[in-house]
Amino acid sequence: MTTVAKQGATPTPAAPSSAYMIAVMTLVATLCGLLIVAAYQITQKPIERNEKQILQEAILGKETGIMPRAERLTTYAVNLQDKTVAKLAEGATAKEKFYAGYDASGALVGIVMEGVASGYGGPMKAIFNYAPDQGIIVGFSVLDHRETPGLGDKIKTDAAFLENFKELAVTYAPETQTITNPIATVRHGRKNQPYQIDAISGATISSKAVGRLLAKSVEVMTPIIMAHIDQIRRGE
Amino acid sequence: MQPATPKGPSDFDTFIKGLWKENPVMVQLLGCCPVLAVTISMRNALAMGLATTFVLVCSNILIASIRRFVPKQVRIAVYILVIATFVTIVDYAIKAISVDVYKALGAFIALIVVNCMILGRAEAFASKNTVWKSLLDGIGMGVGFTFALVCLGSVREILGSGRLFGIDLFGPRFEPWGIFAAPSGGFLVFGGWLLFFGWLQARKQARLQGDAK
Repeated sequence: MTTVAKQGATPTPAAPSSAYMIAVMTLVATLCGLLIVAAYQITQKPIERNEKQILQEAILGKETGIMPRAERLTTYAVNLQDKTVAKLAEGATAKEKFYAGYDASGALVGIVMEGVASGYGGPMKAIFNYAPDQGIIVGFSVLDHRETPGLGDKIKTDAAFLENFKELAVTYAPETQTITNPIATVRHGRKNQPYQIDAISGATISSKAVGRLLAKSVEVMTPIIMAHIDQIRRGE
Repeated sequence: MQPATPKGPSDFDTFIKGLWKENPVMVQLLGCCPVLAVTISMRNALAMGLATTFVLVCSNILIASIRRFVPKQVRIAVYILVIATFVTIVDYAIKAISVDVYKALGAFIALIVVNCMILGRAEAFASKNTVWKSLLDGIGMGVGFTFALVCLGSVREILGSGRLFGIDLFGPRFEPWGIFAAPSGGFLVFGGWLLFFGWLQARKQARLQGDAK
């Protein structure tokens, strides 16, 4: 279609100069750039608010949240090199972070960590609630996933599977500052240890991804959090 | 490349052809990737249809209004630029309106850029017609596209999860027909609809021939 003009039975109009073509493209590109910047400026605030609200709902929500007892959250940034934690200022961001939840009296209720892993269909992102006093995970919620509808996405809804995360043991040894028995997913019906996750039958790959996600986050974050647990308790 | 006819089709014809006679999905079979991918539920189908319509209408208007200045040699690059701009805007807008919908549509919002229906309308229509006609064409084609998405989305949500717009239809004793929520089910339902529209078309033609005799 585009080459029709070349075999000119009729005299073809002279091709416009390169300068003109470049000028047109520059102009259109500038216009498009302005439109995008304007759209970004307008939507940025609502987008941030939405994301914050979803996270708050997933943690503090009275029915669906993983830490309904908490009244307020404090975000802590983690420095993996120095193994230190520091309160994160409002609006600031950090790559490694966790959320400490406190009840109305100001006592520490639990610590929410994030984790990522590669599932069956793509990256999976989840948060879980770690209760440092009991040393167990007491809540788990998938924020984002690409698992197969009807099979892998049961990790969000399957009641028996979610039962795993009501009392999942984190075997932290303070003497060595390590996890003695990492969280692991076992085949459906084979769970016999408190640190094991009973997989969903028919969605083993997705269940295993959840196990890896938890094991990785717990292994990296728990020693640092537990080393500073008094600081976190004081809310500093 | 047809020469500009002195008597073009009426405004109404320009609008209505995208709905039925030249429906982008059911007749032209354009833009099938999002049609199959996101029509697991009515909500997703509607959101995708509206997003695509917005991009189509806006890019049609802008391309029609700059059509006299754009040299032939660089037109495709300019069209892609314009389309990508509106896709980015829609991407931000959906994220700001509902994160749930944004997550459900995922990568397919960004992939509106390569929906051949939109570039097709820019090249075949907006680059040769007035802004007003291009606007009507964009709305008509967009509504036609949305209609096709809704056709698939309704069947797939009802059979695949026993719901419509997220509302339970059959109660707890209904066992969802999982395949309709899976990609393979998308092809099955799409094939079914094409068969149906083909049959309608054939019947209409047969009747016309009967009238002629």
